[in-house]
Amino acid sequence: MATRDEIADAIAGMSLFADLAAPQLMGVASRFEEAFFPEGAKVLRQGISGSAFYVIMDGEAAVVVDGERRAVLGRGEFFGEVSILLGEPPTADVIATRPLRCIVLAGTVIEPFLVEHPTVMFRMLQAQARRLRNANRLRS
Amino acid sequence: MPDAILEADRPFPPGDYPVLVVGSGPGGLQTSYYLGRAGIAHAVISADAGPGGMFRRWPFFQRLLSWTKPYAPADRQSRAFERWDWNSLIAVEPELRGLQAEFMDGSSDFPSRPEMEANLGAFADRAGIAVRYGCTWDSTRREEGPDGTRFVLMTSDGEYRCRHLILAVGIAEPYSPSPPGIELAVHYADTRAAETYAGKRLFILGKQNSGFELASGLLQWASRITLASPSPAKTSIETRSLVGVRARYVQPFEDSALGGGVDILAAAIEGIVKVPGGLRVDLKRSDNGLPVSLEADEVIAATGFTCPLRDLPALGVATFGQSRLPAQTAFWESATVPGIHFAGTITSGASGLKKHGIPSYSGAVQGHRYNARILVERLAETGFGIVHEQPAIALDDLRDYLLAEATHGPELWHQKAYLARVVTVSPDDGIRDRGILPLAHVLDSDGPDAVAMTVEADGQGAIYPVVYVRRAGKVEEHALEPHPLNDYEGSLYRRSLGAILDLVAPGASAA
Repeated sequence: MATRDEIADAIAGMSLFADLAAPQLMGVASRFEEAFFPEGAKVLRQGISGSAFYVIMDGEAAVVVDGERRAVLGRGEFFGEVSILLGEPPTADVIATRPLRCIVLAGTVIEPFLVEHPTVMFRMLQAQARRLRNANRLRS
Repeated sequence: MPDAILEADRPFPPGDYPVLVVGSGPGGLQTSYYLGRAGIAHAVISADAGPGGMFRRWPFFQRLLSWTKPYAPADRQSRAFERWDWNSLIAVEPELRGLQAEFMDGSSDFPSRPEMEANLGAFADRAGIAVRYGCTWDSTRREEGPDGTRFVLMTSDGEYRCRHLILAVGIAEPYSPSPPGIELAVHYADTRAAETYAGKRLFILGKQNSGFELASGLLQWASRITLASPSPAKTSIETRSLVGVRARYVQPFEDSALGGGVDILAAAIEGIVKVPGGLRVDLKRSDNGLPVSLEADEVIAATGFTCPLRDLPALGVATFGQSRLPAQTAFWESATVPGIHFAGTITSGASGLKKHGIPSYSGAVQGHRYNARILVERLAETGFGIVHEQPAIALDDLRDYLLAEATHGPELWHQKAYLARVVTVSPDDGIRDRGILPLAHVLDSDGPDAVAMTVEADGQGAIYPVVYVRRAGKVEEHALEPHPLNDYEGSLYRRSLGAILDLVAPGASAA
């Protein structure tokens, strides 16, 4: 269980939110909701529309495409943004591999959220650039 | 000895029961009703003195947020009427259906609190639901025996043992955040009579419906009203869902927009201090971090409620969010302690897919009354070997049956993208109606080929049916077009759905 204060404290240490000052962190914390998934529960479903953006507070999740595990995500990492930005259903399942606590923002409010918080958008872009670079390295 | 006679008349003395239900609000009553229908022996205990739960006391201004339309285009005793009636409990017997309409005086389609309480009391009375009132649950322990786990509840009347515990205790414990000086505020639950705020400068902490309910009701009394919380307030009209401040409480927004003595701030509270002549509230604006201070005579914390789960977290029941809701499976069982189930508003902790950010409506009677029925069906099957009827559907009828469900099915309308009408298709068993099930369960479980029909909303104003087809373990989603009058029974829908059904039930489109 996390109060707004606790969420604000937790996200203050995450790179995605590293550029936000305290009152902005409270504002961000109050926009997100907390969610809990027991081990084995599906968070994102491949091919099913209307999903959300998740930041992991605690626990671990696997990214699974067509039954094959592609990546493991932990605290401070996030997922779900690609399908929201592209307006397409997720191309992977994300499954809790340990009890998972996340904060969640609905896909429908991501765009105004990022526009209001350009530093978060920049950090997200950096993370995407890193993922793209790593994918290219694997390919070459 | 009148007291002794009364005591002897109280049902369910302490002891062993297969199922124990705690709570006598709409969730507890609905669950007990379906347990009774299924023939499952159970006890119901409640700390209250009578049925009704939170509606014995709230909303503060005595008028509900949920409507019942007595003259809706469906017979009051029909299943279709439930779509237009958010407040009655549901039942198999026609005489127990649509009771709320009977208790409304014609002044509003939103029943008054006493009308709602009367509706729930009449249901309990006419359905013969027995409750041991005045019995308070204090603490809990778990006992492991040769035949499995027992939960033991210590109550004001003694110890209750059960294999299955169903908690319908509401989200009823006042919650306040803890900035310095919060003790100078009162909680929503302790708001005084409206006229005692005459001429007062009022600061309301929180911009949910409870905050705006107070602001609306006190507009004519307070000299000035300020509402604040860190994020901007949104109305249900903007979110196109029940998320946000409901239209009934929109007046303070207009007053604020017109500069009429109401201020609505996006700011975090830093503290409350006593100053000569009143209180000073210190805030920091969410947008730029600049400090704002204002003076007030009264501060009310409309900061919500939490789940009174007592010592269950110590027993391993995981909770989440500010309301401390228990994490749940798709069938409203604790995700971490099997055998503990939930009914009523707590079932909003099983959040489902929340597609496009729209939650289930399990936090309200029109949503959780169906959860209770499905919970009992599931418990009957898994715990007591009672399987409910799953009638066969002829191939020729399948398409029109599903379109009628999408157009009229109250479960699909009240629990959008959360509950689904499910049919399975298999070579051995043909086409079977599996009833109404949680969508998350259908998507995440294996089983025969299946079709799940839901009604969904995209948060932008569109409402449309969605068909999920599970074939060879893989699920595909097919959204149908919205219809301006929400009527999905016409030829366009017959064609679209027919083509989809042919994937799992060849020939369905030819009917």
